[in-house]
Amino acid sequence: MTTTVAQDFASYCHNVLRPGNTNCAGCGMSIGLQWLDQALDGEKPFLVIPACCGIVTAGAFPTSAYGVPTAAATFASAPALATGLSAVAELNGENQVTVCWTGDGGTYDIGMATLSAAAERNEDMIYVCYDNEIYGNTGGQRSSATPEGVRTTTTPYGKTEVKKDMMAIMAAHRIPYAATLSVAHREDFIRKVRLARKTRGFRFLLMLSPCPTGWKSEPEESVELIDYAVRCGLFPLYEVFHGDRYRINVRPDGTPVEQYTKRQRRYTSAAIDPATLQPHIDAQTRRLETLEKAFPYHGA
Amino acid sequence: MAKALVTGNHAAGHALALAGEANRAARGCAAGAYPITPQTEIIEYLRSFEFTKGRIVPVESEHSAMGVCIGASLAGARSFTASSANGLAYMTENVFAAGYYRLPIVMIAVNRTLGPPWNIWADQGDSLALRDAAWLQFYVDSHQELVDTILVAFRIAEDQRVLLPALVAMDGFITSHTQMVVDLPEQELVDRYLPHCEVPHRLRHDRPTTVGGMTWPRETEHHRIEIQQAMERVPEVLEEALDEFATVFGRRPDGAVAANHTEDADTVLFACNTMARTLRRVVQERRKKGEKVGMVKNKLFRPFPREAVAAAIGPATKVGVLDRNHSPGSGGIFWQEIVTSLRHRPEVLVQDYLVGLGGGDVTPAFIDEIIDDLQARTRSEEPVWKEVAA
Repeated sequence: MTTTVAQDFASYCHNVLRPGNTNCAGCGMSIGLQWLDQALDGEKPFLVIPACCGIVTAGAFPTSAYGVPTAAATFASAPALATGLSAVAELNGENQVTVCWTGDGGTYDIGMATLSAAAERNEDMIYVCYDNEIYGNTGGQRSSATPEGVRTTTTPYGKTEVKKDMMAIMAAHRIPYAATLSVAHREDFIRKVRLARKTRGFRFLLMLSPCPTGWKSEPEESVELIDYAVRCGLFPLYEVFHGDRYRINVRPDGTPVEQYTKRQRRYTSAAIDPATLQPHIDAQTRRLETLEKAFPYHGA
Repeated sequence: MAKALVTGNHAAGHALALAGEANRAARGCAAGAYPITPQTEIIEYLRSFEFTKGRIVPVESEHSAMGVCIGASLAGARSFTASSANGLAYMTENVFAAGYYRLPIVMIAVNRTLGPPWNIWADQGDSLALRDAAWLQFYVDSHQELVDTILVAFRIAEDQRVLLPALVAMDGFITSHTQMVVDLPEQELVDRYLPHCEVPHRLRHDRPTTVGGMTWPRETEHHRIEIQQAMERVPEVLEEALDEFATVFGRRPDGAVAANHTEDADTVLFACNTMARTLRRVVQERRKKGEKVGMVKNKLFRPFPREAVAAAIGPATKVGVLDRNHSPGSGGIFWQEIVTSLRHRPEVLVQDYLVGLGGGDVTPAFIDEIIDDLQARTRSEEPVWKEVAA
């Protein structure tokens, strides 16, 4: 069992994410990387990280906050590098788990073609997108993961386009496993990473990653925010198997979306009326429930 | 050795496959591959080759092709690919990454004009645009030299004193799509010639490092200095690699430069790739007429062998450079390098000729005109366009 907080030399050195890293307080990555580590039950991954906050996390050469072998990829190349690493591991009979750890810029935007191609080839890797819905590393510009209405430095009056549905896109690739991850739902998170580890081929995990600097929220409220996002239905927790079998993990409980938006100045400063978000959320919930009913997943 | 009549692309694909296969007792080989005219047959050859321990990944772009090669090399495998023109341009970011990561990847560049306007014929501007990417660059004048240089390139790239990727360039169509008789080496000889590929900084669990993370200016500067030092070791390592090649295969390919008739020449011309073969024939004809004309073939472009170039011209005081490339606002790229190499010889007139751009046919008669022009000159001028159509 890997400890969350380093208590001895070994746990300091060999954690996926070592203490003393440069992550902002309240960053979703800090939780995500530690839970990834715990879910792998002592098995150590190769990390491939493209340009994103995640590569800044490492700190400056020759030190690194990553306690596992890590390759920095060019912005659009993480799944290509991971393909090479994973191919050579397979050729050498090594049961190596290769993890791409990427932001929404590298996933939804610049890396989309590379990601799509690696998924189409069903390469053996776990691809995690920690989605903070902005280009966080460059100071908070819009991405195609930014939700409608949100204010960023390049959408100063609020974004006019809706967020790209990355899960639907990845499901359309018929990959063996796609799932959403919440940093407020630990058991669900750990179970999904373990299931991803047991699965062969391309596994896509999408984590909504709170970003206090970009979201203009309080660091200590990060986990609470994601809890609200899940409970109000804005960020549904669900899994898609082979692109056509659905399982919803947490159902919306009627929590008003204001609980989520009112704590983030990216919403409040753009003067979004939360009531306008509700129909979209309801439609998304209906769509997923319809899919789950028509194409349910019956596995374990 | 099996003599075979093969195209340049076939020869290149076969040489890459032999090199990849030669690493089967170590970590094998893996590569990303993407087609583009005129190199497509190389990656088709690789995809159809049955490797004992290897995988060629059919990716969606050249950028990802090099991305897969980087990942494979970081996993300790031998890696290689091929591209041309706009494919090389699209790949460029990862070409630099491979160089800066010090990964011994070998790439074939089948020289083709960069578009637009769209033109698929030979022009060295595509690979020369990658001259600052921390890759070795070789330019070859025949199918045999292509095969031999690919094997030599792996040997040097993987040498622990160098550890840099290497590019081997040939002319699109003129080399890639024509056939010549080539000695295709037996696998066991290649096994002997190429030791197991060792990437000392490959990802390993017993030494978890972050490859390619942030560095401050001081570390970055040191990184660049180390690359320069590795480049400076190449001429010596190349000579050793050629000696060993001669021992294993029974023939010794040309070195960084190859001079013909320069020992007593008053006029010397430089060229690379197949233009060098045409030039050699013209020089031989001129010699028969008693003219003191010589030539130098540029085979190694990065690192640029300045000392060897300066020594190769012998006593000549008139030097002409045939550049099938163009750096807008400056001139020919080989010319810039050769002028720098001759900076201690101010008495030498160096004239640049921009020839055969966009794949125009540089014929013996055309080179004869250039030699006449050079002989008549009394001082160096700006680069001269010698238009094929004019």
